[in-house]
Amino acid sequence: MSKSYRQVHAIKGISLDVGKGEIFGLIGPDGAGKTTLFRIMTTLMLADSGYGRICGLDIVKDYFKIRRLIGYMPGRFSLYQDLSVKENLDFFATMFGTTLRESYGTIKEIYSQIEPFRDRRAGKLSGGMKQKLALCCALVHKPSVLFLDEPTTGVDAVSRKDFWTMLGRIRQSGVTVFVSTPYMDEASLCDRLALIKDGEIIGTGTPEQIIRQYPYRILAVKGRNMYPLLKALRMIEGVESCFSFGDAHHLAYRPDRTCRQTILAEAAGMGFPDCTAKEIAPGIEDCFMQLSKKWGKN
Amino acid sequence: MGKELNVIEIRNLTKKFGDFTAVDNISFDVHRGEIFGFLGANGAGKTTAMRILCGLSRPTAGTGTVAGYDIWKEQEKIKRHIGYMSQKFSLYPDLTVKENIRLFGGIYGLDDREINGKTSKMLSMLGMVQEKDKFAGELPLGWKQKLSFCIALIHEPRIIFLDEPTGGVDPETRRRFWELIYDTAEKGTTIFVTTHYMDEAEYCDRVSIMVDGRIAALDTPEKLKCRFTAETMDDVFRTVAGKAEREE
Repeated sequence: MSKSYRQVHAIKGISLDVGKGEIFGLIGPDGAGKTTLFRIMTTLMLADSGYGRICGLDIVKDYFKIRRLIGYMPGRFSLYQDLSVKENLDFFATMFGTTLRESYGTIKEIYSQIEPFRDRRAGKLSGGMKQKLALCCALVHKPSVLFLDEPTTGVDAVSRKDFWTMLGRIRQSGVTVFVSTPYMDEASLCDRLALIKDGEIIGTGTPEQIIRQYPYRILAVKGRNMYPLLKALRMIEGVESCFSFGDAHHLAYRPDRTCRQTILAEAAGMGFPDCTAKEIAPGIEDCFMQLSKKWGKN
Repeated sequence: MGKELNVIEIRNLTKKFGDFTAVDNISFDVHRGEIFGFLGANGAGKTTAMRILCGLSRPTAGTGTVAGYDIWKEQEKIKRHIGYMSQKFSLYPDLTVKENIRLFGGIYGLDDREINGKTSKMLSMLGMVQEKDKFAGELPLGWKQKLSFCIALIHEPRIIFLDEPTGGVDPETRRRFWELIYDTAEKGTTIFVTTHYMDEAEYCDRVSIMVDGRIAALDTPEKLKCRFTAETMDDVFRTVAGKAEREE
């Protein structure tokens, strides 16, 4: 699948499969092409080339059928601000030929959290409640596939966790979830994922598979004066990259060219004698950085 | 601690909207040259507090100074002596790189000679000399960010406020941006930063966590982790902010 906007290649020859009933994460930064892919898959935009199927239906020919089978929650809040919570839900239910009563079972768990505010206008809801309402509206016609475009962007760490718990329950009810996020730490919560950057899929698989393919070894290095230490570690022979990860630096090295002891000795030689270095397994964020092949030292 | 060592001093700051108390009697200091992380869940009162600190809104009660100026009486001076950068709003996309620098330089009262000097210095430091006549809207996100950060420093403020500066960027760009923050802090500029990335909380000298309008915790990341027997700042945040009772 490819799509360009004038000279900008938004997505470049992307191929991917999502299994029935899984949570599939599309993970990448702003401008990677996530929203473009969502719009094409939800039949709202045509690709320049390539083809796609949702639940066995062609995204161009069968677009009308697909729209009844999927739920879509765009990145920007797009419900009717002047309608109340209940009116929004009734509206979407009616559009899909159902009623709130009929689908109450599907959305009950999430809807019950905003039901006390059912007469409040959507525009007057808090961010968290808006998100829950949008999710209810996307689920009101019992879709087979739920598309969520960056549902957690700009959401704090506690609410993000809650949101993912909700996604887990939605999957349990048999709905396939296709979700995008710029937060790498949400990768481990997906069954499978695709890493996307500059319009290309740079890695795909289960989180474990992606991690297993990481070609280097990683040391978590700590010491005093972390920032000068970071710059020094990058100078060491055999060190592929070094970046800060929370309270430690993740140093990627080639095991055929150097080892932990050598690196520690070199660091000591550069004025950092009291470092600690622990061999650790890479995370998705380490993999993303390696796969985006933007290594640079300085 | 002597007054000259603190860039921000806030005492019993309160802001009410009707009967809703957005900021509830908070007090804290920010030391010169430190990287101060200002965290909190959505709706905890961060934005309201930041607007007061930036001279954009008056408190309901309490006192304080920012960059040495009174938050009640010297709002215009505060605005002139702080830098501000947010991911949501930074550069004018249909002005060129050079025009953006010129615009902000002019707003902060720099004369032509100063602006020209700053422009060439900034472009060469960022490695963007080739891009000076490109529209800011056409730059990659990472460059936009670095440029708007440098522009926010054009008038050499003592403190810069960064409101979620790294949202949505790729992991490497995010880290490179923090290296720029470190370089700036090393030169003595105070950094006041909000973020939703908890690994970035570890990069701060001190971190405050707002919950329901109050400052529920304030210390170095090391001491906070110790106090809440947590492995990471993410755990600390969830423990502290998880106790929130109000929604946005």
